[in-house]
Amino acid sequence: MMGTILSTWIAATLTIAILSFLYKDNPLYKFAEHLYVGISAAFWVVYVWAFDVIPMIWDRFLEYKAAGNWIEAGVLIIPAVLGLMMLTRWLGPKVGWISRWPIAFTVGIGAGLGVIASIQGYLIPQIRGTLLPLFAKSPGVMINNIIIFFGVITSILYFYFSKELKGVLRVGSRVGIIFIMVAFGASFGYTVMARISLLIGRMYFLIYDWIVPTLKLIGIM
Amino acid sequence: MKILEKIINIDRRVIFLLIGLVVFIPLLFKIVTPTKISEPVKKAYEAIEALPPGSNVMISIDFDPTSAPECMPMYIAILRHCFKRNLRVIVLGHIAYGIPLGEIGLEKVSKEFGKKYGVDYVNLGFRPGYTAIMVGMGREIRDFYAQDYRGTPIDSFPFMRDVHNYNDIEMLVDIAHGYSAELWVQYAGARYGQRIIIGSTGVVAPDIYPYLQSGQIEGIIGGMKGAAEYEQLLKRPDMAAIGMPALSISHFFIVFLIIMANIGFFIRRRKR
Amino acid sequence: MKRGVPLIITFVTGVLIIIAFFIPHKPFGNLEQRFLIWYSIVAGFTMLLGIDSLIKYHIRKIRFREKGWGYSIVTVTGIVITLIFGFYSWYAYHTPLALGSPFMWLYTYMIVPLQSTMFALLAFFIASAAYRAFRARTIEATLLLIAAALVMLGRVPLGEALRLKLPAIANWIMEVPQTAAKRGIFIGTYLGAVAMSIRVILGIERTYLST
Repeated sequence: MMGTILSTWIAATLTIAILSFLYKDNPLYKFAEHLYVGISAAFWVVYVWAFDVIPMIWDRFLEYKAAGNWIEAGVLIIPAVLGLMMLTRWLGPKVGWISRWPIAFTVGIGAGLGVIASIQGYLIPQIRGTLLPLFAKSPGVMINNIIIFFGVITSILYFYFSKELKGVLRVGSRVGIIFIMVAFGASFGYTVMARISLLIGRMYFLIYDWIVPTLKLIGIM
Repeated sequence: MKILEKIINIDRRVIFLLIGLVVFIPLLFKIVTPTKISEPVKKAYEAIEALPPGSNVMISIDFDPTSAPECMPMYIAILRHCFKRNLRVIVLGHIAYGIPLGEIGLEKVSKEFGKKYGVDYVNLGFRPGYTAIMVGMGREIRDFYAQDYRGTPIDSFPFMRDVHNYNDIEMLVDIAHGYSAELWVQYAGARYGQRIIIGSTGVVAPDIYPYLQSGQIEGIIGGMKGAAEYEQLLKRPDMAAIGMPALSISHFFIVFLIIMANIGFFIRRRKR
Repeated sequence: MKRGVPLIITFVTGVLIIIAFFIPHKPFGNLEQRFLIWYSIVAGFTMLLGIDSLIKYHIRKIRFREKGWGYSIVTVTGIVITLIFGFYSWYAYHTPLALGSPFMWLYTYMIVPLQSTMFALLAFFIASAAYRAFRARTIEATLLLIAAALVMLGRVPLGEALRLKLPAIANWIMEVPQTAAKRGIFIGTYLGAVAMSIRVILGIERTYLST
């Protein structure tokens, strides 16, 4: 119990240190900020060791070795070497060019996957979702379908810069900006909700995980 | 006019103080208010409710402490729903800072329902690679997660022996604070037909609505409000529900600020 | 070696991934899966790239007593403590994520408050920005503010209690015009992404090769 309270005091102190930035930049905030940078950087090192190097390379190598599968065990050296080649960036530009090989590998795979996902995962289904019946029995559904259909087309039209927009195209572009502004407004509303929620979380911690248990411990509550 | 100028040019620290108070004071009272259930959350709830007991649900922890107040309540609510329906839960994640939150949530909720690790749920942990994993798991999960987060081979867990790829996962729930939601839909949903529910922060939720309209996902739990709605559907109000009064008042306060500022702006403009 | 080989690697891997989508059988499917596993392994090492320059920068600051070198000691101490806690937890508990391990203690009582409070500051800044900067100067800006206000008020219980159909309006805004506009924006984005990916695979786009 005492250990938890002390730990919570550390967490609360760090929380207040960061919040103190709202008044002005100060040494307490800088301390917390630099501590955060250090811990975050080292966090990745631990993770790469525990969740990449050990399970994906070392443990697998031992498995293949135990099964007598020396070909697979040997092939496993390739990604391990690629990973180490990536780290040659630490050694400066003279040696760092070696990292281009694993970067090219990851970029190539990412690009290949991206082409498929963009078309199959977004473009086709979303265009299909836009091709809605513009006449429907229910007036509400009909109006919504018309709004979605024309909203998508005019929004895309707003970003068409290959030709000067005149006449109908210009009207379409103007309609498109209306839709886009409504969308940005809605996104802003949700963003406000998100940010306030983060503050609610921290306030909840300060009140119910720090102040109340401390008051209980010293007998005030 | 002088007063108007003072109000328009008020020190921002006064606004900081006011917004702090607007959030702090309602939280002191821990009031739970009923909330209207929106259609996207209802769809998400019904999708899980319809799963037969024993179904496998994969939950991807794609959030971290920066979005925990929004995402953690919806994650806890989803876990409670899954355990209540005796669904088997497989947790994994692509955000390094979020996976510990996944473990904390599992530990808390599994105790509530008396669920056992390895029998009712498993935590596969973190692997780097994001989209490569999403695509690769369509063939074989063991190619990336041969072990759980403790290094235990997943084949030592009874229910995981029959789980090889998305064909064996009845539902995937992505709790996302960034673009991972879209990646799951595009890489796992579109390619392998995986059924997906998205729980996301308020920042990301508007971008996910097109996927709901096109039928690519089953439901959306958007932000702390979405989490509160889900808690209400479960009849288990928790952190999200407690946060609703503070959220309500702060939203009204910010709209009030915008209106006040614009009134001042128009008065100033007219006087010029 | 420096440019030619990486361009060939990008081309081969990119084309293979696309072919494997259409021909998922041997050898393409198996090769694709193998490459995806390798990608996962290599991606982990990519995460380590930043730490080297960070350590060098702060060590230099400490060595030469540059301005703020005291804070650099804090950063380096944070790195060392995290590494010790992390590797010890991995060794003793078989995972750094074991509840009750020193690494999880560090995570719960240091990383969580630091990270979450950093982002909680945004709540204050968004309120301040809303007051100081959001002006209905044009029709478009007015539309944006009206949509924002309707969504903000309609998506909270207090707005629901007012019985002005605000929740229905907010939900309609999200499901219809907002969806339409976002879809239009992202169709453009993903068309661009396809074009960019093809340029990268074909070696026309080479900015990723700079060191």
